[in-house]
Amino acid sequence: MNRLAPSPAARWIIGAVVGLVFVIPFLATFLFTLSSPDGSYSLDRWVALFDPENARRYAPIWTGLANSLVLAGVTVLIVLFLFTPTMVLVALRFPKLRRGFEFLALLPITIPAIVLVVGLAPIYLQIGRTLGTGAWTLAFAYGILVLPFTYRSIQASIDAIDVKTLAEAARTLGAGWVTVLVRVIAPNLRQGLLAASLISVAVVLGEFTIASLLNRQVLQTGLVVINRQDAYAAAVFTLLALAFAFVLLLIIGRAGRAGTGRTPS
Amino acid sequence: MTTVRTLTGPDQDRVIDPVASEPSAPARRGRPAPDWSWLGLTPFAAYVLLFLALPTVIAVASGLFDGDGAFTFDNLAALGDPVILATFWNSTWVSLLTAVVGAVIGALVCYAMLGLPETGFVRTTVDAASGVLAQFGGVMLAFTMIAAIGTQGVVTKFLRDALGIDIFAGGAWIYALPGLIPAYLVFQVPLMIITFMPALAALRPQWFEAHLTLGGTRSGFWRHIGFPVLAPSFLASLLLLFANAFSSYATAAALASQGSQIVPLQIRTALTSETLLGRENLAGALALGMIVVVAVVMWGYALIQRRTARWQA
Repeated sequence: MNRLAPSPAARWIIGAVVGLVFVIPFLATFLFTLSSPDGSYSLDRWVALFDPENARRYAPIWTGLANSLVLAGVTVLIVLFLFTPTMVLVALRFPKLRRGFEFLALLPITIPAIVLVVGLAPIYLQIGRTLGTGAWTLAFAYGILVLPFTYRSIQASIDAIDVKTLAEAARTLGAGWVTVLVRVIAPNLRQGLLAASLISVAVVLGEFTIASLLNRQVLQTGLVVINRQDAYAAAVFTLLALAFAFVLLLIIGRAGRAGTGRTPS
Repeated sequence: MTTVRTLTGPDQDRVIDPVASEPSAPARRGRPAPDWSWLGLTPFAAYVLLFLALPTVIAVASGLFDGDGAFTFDNLAALGDPVILATFWNSTWVSLLTAVVGAVIGALVCYAMLGLPETGFVRTTVDAASGVLAQFGGVMLAFTMIAAIGTQGVVTKFLRDALGIDIFAGGAWIYALPGLIPAYLVFQVPLMIITFMPALAALRPQWFEAHLTLGGTRSGFWRHIGFPVLAPSFLASLLLLFANAFSSYATAAALASQGSQIVPLQIRTALTSETLLGRENLAGALALGMIVVVAVVMWGYALIQRRTARWQA
């Protein structure tokens, strides 16, 4: 029992006031999508979105969504096959580099995406020439954006287990480094890897700055395009995307909490 | 201060260190083989160099070189332009205002959640919702704002038709600079909840009990112990919120229909209309200005954060 806790009345008043203020925009957006010019409410707009006849109208969204999903996939691959092995390697062989690595991993928080874009523009000009202008190449930039978030969750998992002993035990029993990484360490990090992957998906699906200024079509740029011709459709997609991200983060939260229950802290 | 923490805190390095000093079995067999494990770091190093270090250097450098590649301070002179100065000022006051208001409201919410179980329904739900709004929103928050308090918004209509209040009597401010304030608060308050909750949760109930045992009062506890202990964390979170609002682009880009009132929008204009004579590297100069502001703020953040860490050990 935490005796510092506020009285139930104070708790409820703060919760109710702030909760109400924060619910209003989203409730209003929902009502906005239901309202028709004559003042009545209907679900027609929600149904219309998934009508194949309207597929052409909403093409920017669907193209953007498809691109964003590909980007999310490639970004998760970068997290799992580039960041994770590096972090395990640092924990196993270069514990002295840990502070420096942490600084590096958290650095992207301090560099605004809009600043990064100024420098990324010429780099992506080169990438466009060599790898093509496919949307997936943006994943390289997105990897940097998700680095701080993924670092935190993966590092927490690495800290919760004794990677060194696990690796040495597996090596003593004759496992190669790949086996150690894939079959011994990775399964023990699954909590952190899951959280890192989900947060990467959420960040990539919500990214606008870099995609828009490098002229790539992703979910968010699609939303802006649709918003110009049909604000109601944009509102529906906004609610769906926000709800999807909310569920992703809820899964991370619940899974993470279940995990910390087992580790002493 | 830092040495105290590294010696006494539950530093993870300490946990690993004893194991590190033991001889590792495979390496000790026969003649010590050359250690190539550093090669494993090269892909990551190359990646970070190419997509983090290089863009940052290009962004900063493009502010310091002219079109022919010669070093110049001319671009920086553009930062002294009254229009540019005004956008920096706009960015600063909007960020500062939303940071202060967001920090106070966010801290109140954290206080309201104090003592609730971390794995409970309320905490997990608020955490997830905060995460979405703080990190994911951007463009979509602008849309919800337009749907709620835009000129044709649901709340606007309700206030006008039911209560006779016209919130746009003074003009459509929602699409101008003041419109950014409510929209920014929607992600500033959640960010405060995420960053400040750990500090508040680390406040020990035992301190409160000790304070009461020694004859103190509840308000005395907050005045002499609670607020002084939390003040650095609060200030650090405030700086983080300021930097967050200062670098935010997406919400403003989707909301502000015309003009470039804040620095990120000015960078967009500079990037998309680079043909403007004599202004080729204005985007770089603006980026440099932004990096300086954010770097100073985040340096202060790190400095304070290091100081607060000892209370959360």
